[in-house]
Amino acid sequence: MRAFDYQRPESAEAATRAQSGAEARFIAGGTNLLDLMKLEIETPRTLIDISRLPLDGIAPTEAGGFSIGALVTNAALAADPSVRRLYPVLSRALLAGASGQLRNKATTGGNLLQRTRCYYFYNPATPCNKREPGSGCSAIGGHTRIHAILGTSPHCIATHPSDMAVAMMALEAEVEILGPDGQTRTIPLADLYRLPGDTPHIETSLAPGDLITAVILPPPPPGRQLYRKVRDRASYAFALVSVAAIIAMENGRISAARLAFGGLAPMPWRDREVEALLIGEAPSPALFAAAADRLLATARTEDGNAFKSPLARRTLASVLATACAGNS
Amino acid sequence: MSVELKVNGRAVTVDVEPRTTLLDCVRDELGLKGTHAGCEHGVCGACTVLLDGQPTRSCLMFAVQADGYEITTIEGVAPQAGELDVIQDAFCEAHGLQCGFCTSGMILAARSLLEREASPTVEDIREAISGNICRCTGYGQIIEAIQLAAERMRGQNAPASPSLSRTEAVR
Ligand SMILES: Cc1cc2nc3c(=O)[nH]c(=O)nc-3n(C[C@H](O)[C@H](O)[C@H](O)COP(=O)(O)OP(=O)(O)OC[C@H]3O[C@@H](n4cnc5c(N)ncnc54)[C@H](O)[C@@H]3O)c2cc1C
Ligand code: SF4
Ligand code: FES
Ligand code: FES
Repeated sequence: MRAFDYQRPESAEAATRAQSGAEARFIAGGTNLLDLMKLEIETPRTLIDISRLPLDGIAPTEAGGFSIGALVTNAALAADPSVRRLYPVLSRALLAGASGQLRNKATTGGNLLQRTRCYYFYNPATPCNKREPGSGCSAIGGHTRIHAILGTSPHCIATHPSDMAVAMMALEAEVEILGPDGQTRTIPLADLYRLPGDTPHIETSLAPGDLITAVILPPPPPGRQLYRKVRDRASYAFALVSVAAIIAMENGRISAARLAFGGLAPMPWRDREVEALLIGEAPSPALFAAAADRLLATARTEDGNAFKSPLARRTLASVLATACAGNS
Repeated sequence: MSVELKVNGRAVTVDVEPRTTLLDCVRDELGLKGTHAGCEHGVCGACTVLLDGQPTRSCLMFAVQADGYEITTIEGVAPQAGELDVIQDAFCEAHGLQCGFCTSGMILAARSLLEREASPTVEDIREAISGNICRCTGYGQIIEAIQLAAERMRGQNAPASPSLSRTEAVR
């Protein structure tokens, strides 16, 4: 591992100022960053330890939602009684990720910003546009079991691996950011992420020094909340496909629908056209198939990940059937 | 960089580079080789230590981040040299180990579980060790060992039962 300076600033403001220098990184739980530093995929010269900043609270907001400090651990968030009661989709998604021991360390901010699990990104011996811009993408034409089929580009087909972020996308969470100028801004989670395009190494809209201080959950939307994760092993594996669904019914028809998908795209994926197609309709296998058609209309697959189209189709149909059954 | 750590109840000061993981520090600086280096990427759990009682992967943490925590390694579990604690003993008795590579991590994960849950279900036990990989036992005997340890710890903590004293009175 490359040598670095270690700093532990006393305040969030001091942390953002310390990081705005080039080649500095924040470390929170360290479960992703430290691993990437060992492989010298991340080579910060300065490491700014934010793990002891007082950003570990969960508090109700005036709007009737909750503010989750960036350093709340995935374990604490999943176990929080209000989260379990009002946002079960989030609690389930968290518990479907990693293992108990990792969740004790992993933080809310770090989870949003964890990097892809693409095998080639992790292997410095192979070309990768994300790791080394312009070197090429080894995944295209290579092993692609875990790769994306939506929102990709000819330069990168990596997925975003988070489960938590998929649930937060369905909940329309916002991200609170403190910049090195001392200003705080709040952006929709969807605007935190960038699709790869021809710059797959730029993954977020954050500028150097920007510190995520909290995730804001709006009041829980009406409807039944579900999270379903399909993976190669029943525990302790990343999603091949996951679906977060929040579905409300009135008089036998779907009155509100929010769907977000993991394992399919470079960011937690939401498609409002799919949701619009469901609203006002009575649930039926034909409707669910039409929703899947819409979702997958722009899918681009490789040999190794072509299975994800039918898998997403079946998973979506099954989740929608469960969410609609006896829910009116 | 100089760091003050509290390991198995003892205060120690180590001089390490910031890039030294807690795992390397515990093994190489402190000579506590019972914490095992397996994958070193957070996957296997062989490097588990307790930080303030919580099982944590020492390979995914820098030693310079560990000041102020009570660190417990497998060496800190036995009541004194040459003895085993209840969980260690149960692992031996129930054949909860073969090669022993995963065992320190398993025992510490079990200890954390049994500290917060005296009567864990099999599901609780599975969940508690789900981040610790064992290539030998197939897990069945590890689960039995933890159940046996739980039973014995409950016995130790229970007040002398009246029915027992009655039997003794009869005798
Ligand atoms: C074996 C294994 C299995 C896993 N399985 C799953 C799984 O099934 N599902 C899943 O969702 N995840 C899984 N994970 C990933 C895990 O959830 C992430 O590693 C974790 O959430 C990252 O959080 P952290 O606090 O440790 O981040 P760190 O490693 O500390 O940081 C990650 C990145 O975020 C940046 N950062 C952290 N906090 C902030 C902040 N507040 N503001 C700005 N930047 C910040 C850091 O600079 C770094 O670039 C797994 C991880 C491992 C090791
Ligand atoms: S998919 Fe993206 S991360 Fe993976 S090799 Fe291609 S460019 Fe790199
Ligand atoms: S050595 Fe730390 S998890 Fe494998
Ligand atoms: S006893 Fe050998 S790995 Fe568990």
